[in-house]
Amino acid sequence: MSSREEIVAGLAAILEEVAGVKPEDVSEEKSFTEDLDIDSLSMVEVVVAAEEKFGVKIPDDQVQNLKTVGDAVSYILANA
Amino acid sequence: MSATDVVVTGLGATTPLGGDVASTWDALLAGRSGVKALTHEWAAQLPVRIAAELAVEPSEVLDRVRLRRMDRCEAIALIAAQQAWADAGLGTPAGEGVEPTGVDPERLAVSIGTGIGGIITLLAQDDILETSGPRRVSPFTVPMLMPNGPAAVVGLEFSARAGVHCVASACATGAEAIAYGYEIIRSGRADVVLAGGTEAVIHPLPLAGFASMRAMSTRNDEPERASRPWDKGRDGFVLGEGAAVLVLERAEHAAARGATVYARLAGVGITSDGYDIVQPHPEGAGFVRAVRKALAEAQLTGADIVHVNAHATSTPTGDMAEVAGLRAVIGEHPVLTANKSMTGHLLGAAGALESVATVLSVRDGVIPPTINLDDPEDGLLDVPVGKPRYQPVPAALNNSFGFGGHNVALIFTRP
Repeated sequence: MSSREEIVAGLAAILEEVAGVKPEDVSEEKSFTEDLDIDSLSMVEVVVAAEEKFGVKIPDDQVQNLKTVGDAVSYILANA
Repeated sequence: MSATDVVVTGLGATTPLGGDVASTWDALLAGRSGVKALTHEWAAQLPVRIAAELAVEPSEVLDRVRLRRMDRCEAIALIAAQQAWADAGLGTPAGEGVEPTGVDPERLAVSIGTGIGGIITLLAQDDILETSGPRRVSPFTVPMLMPNGPAAVVGLEFSARAGVHCVASACATGAEAIAYGYEIIRSGRADVVLAGGTEAVIHPLPLAGFASMRAMSTRNDEPERASRPWDKGRDGFVLGEGAAVLVLERAEHAAARGATVYARLAGVGITSDGYDIVQPHPEGAGFVRAVRKALAEAQLTGADIVHVNAHATSTPTGDMAEVAGLRAVIGEHPVLTANKSMTGHLLGAAGALESVATVLSVRDGVIPPTINLDDPEDGLLDVPVGKPRYQPVPAALNNSFGFGGHNVALIFTRP
């Protein structure tokens, strides 16, 4: 089972690939849309990539609850 | 000059001859070909294994994150538009909280066409759909493949608020987009229009499609000699990719901001053949009417046209039909050039790139040579070969014709 730090690092790699976000800017309290500037289409790509990387399903109605990186980490830990 | 006269104040291009206008023009004057053997794995199975690919890859100009959400035809349209904007000295474009400097965004329009559009994206995403299912299809698929994509991307870059348009008329697209830009300014809707064309379809499907029509050269062992307009040994056109954008501007607006003017777009003529889905009218009736309209609009006669930048794609029938039409409507005297002998056929971008060349011929008084003209057809007009022709070009005609019977004639004159 991955640690929170490992999941954050995995998400940071996805965010860099999809949106060019610098890994050092990615931390749990950051909001995807407000702080990291991820638009809605990019968010779809992030979710699909995270599903593959972490072996979880993230249905659309769950995505809207994942406002921060920390929210996503918690979801992944709970559902992997 | 009247208040709504249209002038050209900026040029931009990325082509098989060079990543910008200067290197492209340099190559045209030097007679250098951009046609090469295709080295992609998929090329080996095709009957046509040559093409004119970009000299400079978009990844050398735009950052990766930006590029991954654009089709190749959008990326190169953006690159050409950025160059044209900077060339026109229009300053900082309007943005969030940024006041525009060179033009009011509500007086800025875009008219950038493409013949085929984002087909590379369409086919790549179709592959993903087949192998990995619908969830893996990119959310950017539609904005990348939509034909208005290039115009929209450019419109966003410069906050163009007077209208963003994609004209599509196959191989006449680039010229027709410029003609539409001219009409937008003349109608009073905008002061500046970024106008041009883009095409990036070097990929098995379009190549196979054109090859099946027997429209393309199969001179695979001699790529640089394959595109040979007006030569008796021509056997079809060579596919090219690229983008070219002109800044069209209302003359008074350009003068008020002290812009440098390349040339005037003095007249446009658009007609349609009503003849065949791919064959041009054999006597060029439709295109002759287009030239007559452009001349009338420019208040010139055929005798005034010193130079013609011909459509001349290197097809057995099309090349000489155009010459016959030119003889009839212009006369025996014009000096011709066939840029496609070096660039290949850029489809939707051809008319725009050839407009860039025509504008430079008018400004600089020099006409590029046509290469591969080793055995000219009888009845050809004056075509410089071997080196450029230096002479004043006060008025020049640029022709473009497209599958579907589209004819566009543009006349550029000294300002």
